Amino acid sequence: MNAFKDAGHLFRLAAVFVIGILAFLGIRAVLVPKSFGQYGHYRGDALAEVAARPVSFAGHQACEDCHTDVLEKKKSGRHAHVNCEACHGALAKHANDPGSVQPAKLDTAVLCVRCHEANIAKPKGFPQVASADHSNGMPCDTCHQPHSPAIDGGGTAKETTKETAKQ
Amino acid sequence: MSVTRRHILLLLPAAAVAWKHVLAGTPEVSPNYKLSEHWWSMLIDLPKCIGCGNCVRACQTENDVPDGYFRTWVERYHVTDYDIENPHVDSPDGAKEGFPPSKEKGGKNFFVPKMCNHCADSPCTQVCPVGATFIAPDGVVLVDKKYCLGCRYCVQACPYGCRFINPQTMTAEKCTLCYHRITKGLTTACCEACPTGARQLADLKNPNDPIHEFLKTHNVQVLKPYMATHAKLFYNDLDGSVR
Amino acid sequence: MPGVEGFMYPNEVELQWSVLIVLYPFLTGLVAGAFILASLERVFQVEAVKPTYRLALLTALSFLLVAPLPLQLHLGHPERSYEMYLTPHKTSAMAMFGFVYLWYLMAVLVFEIWLDYRRDIVVLSQSTTGWKRLIYRVMTLGSSNISEHALHVDERVGWVITLIGIPSAFLLHGYVGFIFGSIKANPWWSTPLMPVVFIFSAMVSGIAAVMLLYMLATWLRKQTIDMRCVDTIASYLLYTFIIDFSLEMLDLIHRIYESDESFRSLDFMVHTKLYMSHIVVQIIFGTVTPIALLFLTQVLRLGEMARKRIYALAGCLTLIGIFAMRWNVVIGGQLFSKSFLGYTTYKMSLITREGLLVAIVLTILPLGILWVLVKLLPPWPEKKSGVLAGAAPAH
Repeated sequence: MNAFKDAGHLFRLAAVFVIGILAFLGIRAVLVPKSFGQYGHYRGDALAEVAARPVSFAGHQACEDCHTDVLEKKKSGRHAHVNCEACHGALAKHANDPGSVQPAKLDTAVLCVRCHEANIAKPKGFPQVASADHSNGMPCDTCHQPHSPAIDGGGTAKETTKETAKQ
Repeated sequence: MSVTRRHILLLLPAAAVAWKHVLAGTPEVSPNYKLSEHWWSMLIDLPKCIGCGNCVRACQTENDVPDGYFRTWVERYHVTDYDIENPHVDSPDGAKEGFPPSKEKGGKNFFVPKMCNHCADSPCTQVCPVGATFIAPDGVVLVDKKYCLGCRYCVQACPYGCRFINPQTMTAEKCTLCYHRITKGLTTACCEACPTGARQLADLKNPNDPIHEFLKTHNVQVLKPYMATHAKLFYNDLDGSVR
Repeated sequence: MPGVEGFMYPNEVELQWSVLIVLYPFLTGLVAGAFILASLERVFQVEAVKPTYRLALLTALSFLLVAPLPLQLHLGHPERSYEMYLTPHKTSAMAMFGFVYLWYLMAVLVFEIWLDYRRDIVVLSQSTTGWKRLIYRVMTLGSSNISEHALHVDERVGWVITLIGIPSAFLLHGYVGFIFGSIKANPWWSTPLMPVVFIFSAMVSGIAAVMLLYMLATWLRKQTIDMRCVDTIASYLLYTFIIDFSLEMLDLIHRIYESDESFRSLDFMVHTKLYMSHIVVQIIFGTVTPIALLFLTQVLRLGEMARKRIYALAGCLTLIGIFAMRWNVVIGGQLFSKSFLGYTTYKMSLITREGLLVAIVLTILPLGILWVLVKLLPPWPEKKSGVLAGAAPAH
């Protein structure tokens, strides 16, 4: 034990290290979140937290449950697979409480050109027009009924834009 | 026990409330959602994309994406003749307001929507120092906002540029595949808003999902396959010029 | 979009890692380099550099204490940084930072300094008064054993610690190189050479820093510079620099030759956006010039004054050059798009949390800490009889 005779200071230092490591392990046991490691190297609770976010788009199923007449008109036209909120915007609030939230009136001059303004990058078969030549500034729903946009698709445009949901 | 009038009278108010919800289409929080039953992915059918930007706007609305940052965006490509290694690409404000008329004439032109690829072997989850980003058991790569340090290592590691740091939360953020929607039986906001069906949510573990037939019958690629990230964002008809 | 040329993925326009992340590898590089210089004497018995031994250790400690600060200031949530200790992700190079740092700080640097200074600490704990006495008494850990045998034990243990310290220093700085080198998404960073280049450039910067600090401190203390010491350090600086330069040239030549997908974009970037910082500052002024100057001192018989001036100039240019190298790696890696179709600009702010002012303060702070450490634990034996009479380094 002669070698350890004058190494007392080293043992003191070792003690400091050991205390430090034990303290670290203790603190760690307390602070690591309980659900950590549940599914992998992450907090298992995070999945539920991400999934708990409220929804803004109701989804076309929700619209179709009430607006059956629009669905009728739409399903045989070219916009059959265009979901309601693609044009009408996010309306989960309206779907949850139809009376209190009134969907905004749409401006066809802005809305329709987003898809249908001619652009060489759009697929060739996709219906597109140079709006300046095509309608010369007139709103699209002057001639087209958005829910079934073909010109002879059923009724003139103006009378059907005031449709409301038939409960 | 025989059902008496009393029972029906008791049930009516409950039924009325439930019926109202059914009519309104409130998505029920689905307690039946089992993580192990799903393996989420998405299909992008490029010949259908018209570059309208609906997806970008819908995503921003659904997920409160801050201005100037993008969980999804659309790129427009202009490829001149055989020079496929030097396409001209633009994405004005991520195509949030669609695209202005193309300045360049001729050549090959098309749109490419981009978003998180939800890679099965994602380099971003590999480099996270604390485990704040991860792939969930159902295949969606997510960020734990409460745990993220904001070190930005994951942003550097993503080969596709789909991550950013949210300036309000100062944590990493990216497309969550609308996890809060798909776990309730809804589709993602971008798929809901896409007017042409260029975006399709797909559940690879569902044997009835149309993606299985689609993958068999079309030429499908992923972005940067040499990175071996095992991306789950499948592109139909992806041109060689796409970066 | 202002500042953007060509096409960038929309989320790439803003840089993620700022000048603080340039500063961090620069600081840890100085730590590693200073320590390697100290180990030259301790392990490799290069006696000539003995006068800088203690100074090198204190320099390493000063920079190591400041090194986590740029990281903390850069984090989105610095208050969560303890998570790296709680749940380190084993696949992430960054996760090892906390442990490597703590290991190097406590088990290598502080331990070695304590062992080397222990005799002085015990003496000072008995001879000083007031709060200084308390500090020294705490540092003795209650043991006042400075017998011949105890000091011999210290000597032996210190040698082992230094030996372990060399790979530890490589790990401390090499992992930073790996953090960049392992990112397959970024071709400017992704190369197995990155950790090696980082380590050698670290050694270059550390050696230059200690050489400059020694010359400066000796001049301030109005003592004579030990030319044999400084000449030896300068020659080690030259050798290390040549290796470092060769490695960087190897990377460059390899890139140019293979000319892969990323090459055209990176080449254009180096010739335009990075021209000043890479070609002019890093290569011409920061590498070739100091190498040439040091080479001159090796082949020509120059007088003492001329050599001192050349060493000072070469040392300063070296530090600037190595900082530029960190800048070019970190900032350069974020200026080009991963689509290889465009470039952005780094808008360095001045007075924000990650701005230039903070970077300057963090660079000067270690010198302030070094000054305090030098006062507390003087590296030099006092010529006149004072507290440290006979307190030459224990070995």
